[in-house]
Amino acid sequence: MKILLIEDEKDMQENIVASLAKEGFLLEVAADFNLAMDKVMMYEYDCILLDITLPDGSGLDILKELKKQGKSDSVIIISAKDSLDDKVAGLDLGADDYLTKPFHMAELNARLKSVIRRSSFGGKNEIQLGNLKIQLDEHQVFINDEQLELNRKEFDILNYFAANKNRLINRSSMAEHVWGDNMDEADNFDFIYSQIKNLRKKLKDKQADIEIKSVYGIGYKLVVQ
Amino acid sequence: MRLRDYTLVYLSVALLLIIGIWATIFYFNMLDEIYDSIDDGLDNYKMLIIEKSEEDSTVLYKNEFAESNYSIRPISAQEALSITDVYMDTLMYMKYEEDFEPVRLLRSAFATPDGKHYELKVISSMVEEDDLIEDLLYSLLWLYLIIIITMLVVNTILIRRIWAPFYKTIEQLKRFRLGSKYTFNAPETKVKEFTALNETIDLLLQRNQEVFESQKQFIENASHELQTPLAICINKLELFAESTDISEQEMESIASVLNHLERMTRLNKSLLLLSKIENNQFEISEPVNLNEMISRTLNDLEDFSTHKQVTLTFDDIETLRPRIPADLAQILLSNLIKNAIVHNYSGGNVKITADKGALEIQNTGMPQALDIEKIFSRFYKNSASGQSTGLGLAIVKAITDIYKLKINYHFDGNHVMRIQF
Repeated sequence: MKILLIEDEKDMQENIVASLAKEGFLLEVAADFNLAMDKVMMYEYDCILLDITLPDGSGLDILKELKKQGKSDSVIIISAKDSLDDKVAGLDLGADDYLTKPFHMAELNARLKSVIRRSSFGGKNEIQLGNLKIQLDEHQVFINDEQLELNRKEFDILNYFAANKNRLINRSSMAEHVWGDNMDEADNFDFIYSQIKNLRKKLKDKQADIEIKSVYGIGYKLVVQ
Repeated sequence: MRLRDYTLVYLSVALLLIIGIWATIFYFNMLDEIYDSIDDGLDNYKMLIIEKSEEDSTVLYKNEFAESNYSIRPISAQEALSITDVYMDTLMYMKYEEDFEPVRLLRSAFATPDGKHYELKVISSMVEEDDLIEDLLYSLLWLYLIIIITMLVVNTILIRRIWAPFYKTIEQLKRFRLGSKYTFNAPETKVKEFTALNETIDLLLQRNQEVFESQKQFIENASHELQTPLAICINKLELFAESTDISEQEMESIASVLNHLERMTRLNKSLLLLSKIENNQFEISEPVNLNEMISRTLNDLEDFSTHKQVTLTFDDIETLRPRIPADLAQILLSNLIKNAIVHNYSGGNVKITADKGALEIQNTGMPQALDIEKIFSRFYKNSASGQSTGLGLAIVKAITDIYKLKINYHFDGNHVMRIQF
């Protein structure tokens, strides 16, 4: 999987590269408008991560050019501008998703994988995790072909874990992803724990060969045995 | 004390002094003039009597005043020489008044052609000084009173008319709020001083407004600029925490730093939101269906409230459709409801009611009322909860302020927040 990251902030770049490399993506980086334009025109990528505010131009122009040339690369806009206008403009121009800075790497993983899955032709929209199979469109989970009953929250949690297999997921990142922005100011995220506990129990009862590990003080990690 | 009263007090004291001094001088001058005129009369009378005595010698034997105004007494030549004309005040019994009254007396001496000497006393009735003083005092008092009343009336009318622009300026200033869109409109005036005052105020307010705006902008820019470095720190630490060779102790430190960074991010987000609300950066589009939003929010918060063992109920009696941006309505709701859940006890409840154009959120919690002066202020924390930013209710207040909604809090055993839409 080839990804192009168009981002001018060096540290941000490094973080994204380091994180996506762990997921096994092949990453190319463009730090300015012209280089980004060249790369976009010359090569094809599975997904382009596009920062709107570049020092010498607008990321939206790159997106326009891309669509004009009839290229089918998926695009996720990443921008510090969380104004609705930018979001609407970006999505109208054909971006597949929009991510507002600051974001958690786990969130980027989930969005990126979801976009790539959707765009890959003929690909079944399902994820295999050990002996566990998640059917995303049907919202169903099977363990060794036996259905696992999960409520919506548990399904979302499992899905998020699946996109971040073997990665550390911060509790606040999990709360934001599953419970929405509403939760980001709650006094603590202990309530997540009870959901995780239920999910763990269900997974164990059906003898799934995945395990949700707690990482002290930070969050959780899904490990495939 | 009003401006009018000040001038009046000073003027009345000054007038009292002036009129007092003037009255004294006037009194003595008048008295002097009266004496002068009486003395002239007496002199004239004296001459007439002396002339008459030459024709009619009986006059010379009139040695009592009785019915007339003179008396004549024979004296020796020696005595006559020692007498010069003397005017004096004396008292004399007046039949009419039945009292001794002051009279003016002229004592003189003359010689008849036959060489006899006589002493002549001529009297004339006098003004009664005490009556004069009394009359003068009363008329002056009246004058003083009339002047003061006139001044009061004229002053009141004048001040009302002349100072009208000044009072308008004050009215305008009273309504002026920094940061609101209302501008200061100087009232028309021909008075130079007021024009200067208005210009100065206008300038001052403009400068203040500019400073205020740039301050607000600064807060927004500062929190905006902080976002990315904070996110980078968190990302880097998360990546670092994924390394395999980290001891449990090191992991604890990383977790602690991460938690603080996240708290900082939340704080920063809240500040950014607050300044965005205050800078009016949200656009109103359609009226929002608040009731649907409440149901959705309650659904989102269900896991949280279940964990806290707080029961949430919603009395959906009337549909509320306020015209506020949907984003802000959502923030308003979740901040209030979350607050009601957080500051509660296990087994408590939160009751939300939408009725009579108002949203009411009641919750069980601490047995005493919260300090209404403080709960809406920034960084006020009632509980020792370390994760709270202390900005939740400040944001609620900012939203209600900018959309002119009435929010109030009262305690009746439960804590009740009520917003009238």
